[in-house]
Amino acid sequence: MKNIKNDFHILKRKINGKSLVYLDNASTSQKPKAVLNALQKFYTTSNANIHRGIHTLSEEATEQYEGVRKKVAKFINAKNEEEIIFTKNCTEAINCACVSWGKTNINKGDEIIVSALEHHANLVPWQELAKEKGAILKIIPLTKDYLLDLKAYKSLLSKKTKLVCVTAQSNVTGTIVPVKKITAMAHAVGAKVLVDGAQIVGHSKVNVRYIDCDFFAFSAHKMLGPTGVGVLYVKRTLMDDMTPHMYGGDMVETVQQKSATYRAGPWKFEAGTPNIADVIAFGSAISYLEKIGMAAIAAHDRELLAYAKNVFSKYPAIKLFSPSRIQDAGSVLSFTVKGVHPHDVATILNEEGVAIRSGLHCAEPLINRLGVSATARISFYLYNTKKDVDVAEKALKKVLKIFKV
Amino acid sequence: MHIYYMEDIYTETILDHYQHPHHYGKISNPTVKVNGDNPLCGDKISLDLIIKKGVVEDVGFTGAGCAISQAAISLLADEIQGKKISNLKKLKPQKMYGLLHIPISPGRVKCALLGFTALQKALKTLQK
Repeated sequence: MKNIKNDFHILKRKINGKSLVYLDNASTSQKPKAVLNALQKFYTTSNANIHRGIHTLSEEATEQYEGVRKKVAKFINAKNEEEIIFTKNCTEAINCACVSWGKTNINKGDEIIVSALEHHANLVPWQELAKEKGAILKIIPLTKDYLLDLKAYKSLLSKKTKLVCVTAQSNVTGTIVPVKKITAMAHAVGAKVLVDGAQIVGHSKVNVRYIDCDFFAFSAHKMLGPTGVGVLYVKRTLMDDMTPHMYGGDMVETVQQKSATYRAGPWKFEAGTPNIADVIAFGSAISYLEKIGMAAIAAHDRELLAYAKNVFSKYPAIKLFSPSRIQDAGSVLSFTVKGVHPHDVATILNEEGVAIRSGLHCAEPLINRLGVSATARISFYLYNTKKDVDVAEKALKKVLKIFKV
Repeated sequence: MHIYYMEDIYTETILDHYQHPHHYGKISNPTVKVNGDNPLCGDKISLDLIIKKGVVEDVGFTGAGCAISQAAISLLADEIQGKKISNLKKLKPQKMYGLLHIPISPGRVKCALLGFTALQKALKTLQK
């Protein structure tokens, strides 16, 4: 992981006169030169609309855009590109599954199971669907070690269960969820499974066919890609029974004055001009990650997490909200400082150039379960170093000093 | 570009009001009770007022939040105790910034005005 920082211009920035230490990767990652160059290259050489032009530029744009669909499919080991729908972000991907599949497959009295770890993106759509359909929402609780309580999950499953929606990794506790096991248990009662992969894709190797989940959603911007691109993987066999969540150009086959027929596969769900340039630049992000290697990135994340937990544990005023075994968490570490609000922690760290997130992390029910009003959170990625953790520690000492903790 | 130094924000006054807030606690049988929250940071407060003859006779608040929001409510509580409701209606956010006497960055406006906003809500409730 040497010299990686050089690929990220932004990491040379000064914040309040200090070198930027970016530890808010669970919110969004920074973008390497390769991704920025890809954007620039597309707009300066091949910019055109896709799927509709005969001219050279349109053909180039279409080929590049569809090429990334193939690349994404390979990256997560989908069967082929026909299982990859592009959306604007992970939230839209989950909403697409909710509207396109949920509205026709969830009925009154059906049960939807979500976990206590969910981000609002994988909770609120299901709350609304349950409300609309008269379905019942059930929650997998946590163990004291911030893991999902699989015993409780087993007792929630029944023939009434139609869908299980679960994150692969919590954006608050970092908990890595055994999604393969959860999927197998859901399939045993005939339920479908949606996995929110926003925090895990780009951090470790994901194999959707090994997990065997029915839907898998994630965002490009958390894995070095541009904002404005999300992905919904759907098992191809399910797609034909799904109705579009948006209608308009490009997703149609033929249009009569009073009716229309729709394209098959993922194209049915991409109405209107998509985010062509950003999807193409997303392809460069995937190439960049593959060049470094997903196993190397996962090992790097784990090493930094272990180091940070070790450093922070020295301070009795700091409480960590992280599973006890290092292999049970990804590159996210939430904490509180006794007597200091997380916002004040973030303000003082920012003064030292350290960017962290504080607050509810779009996971209000989970924060409530943790018994606090908010947490501070650091989250790592491939360009972070142990030195970054040391700078954060120095800034934390300042927090303790200012608040006389 | 604004550069704020910690000494500018976490002044002795702010830290003192945060760690030893004035008027902290519930008041029994308040004339008006309102809640305020800041969904961004999870801050939640409750403000109790006892009004007699158009004057704030007693004020109390509970809840938790960042140093800025808690110090602001504590300072505001001191400010409004004994004041006429008719005067409080004229209070502007500027007054709150003046009481805090620290630079407030855009991200901290909601924190600074959490108590102020709750007070506005209380005044509206009283009017009904």
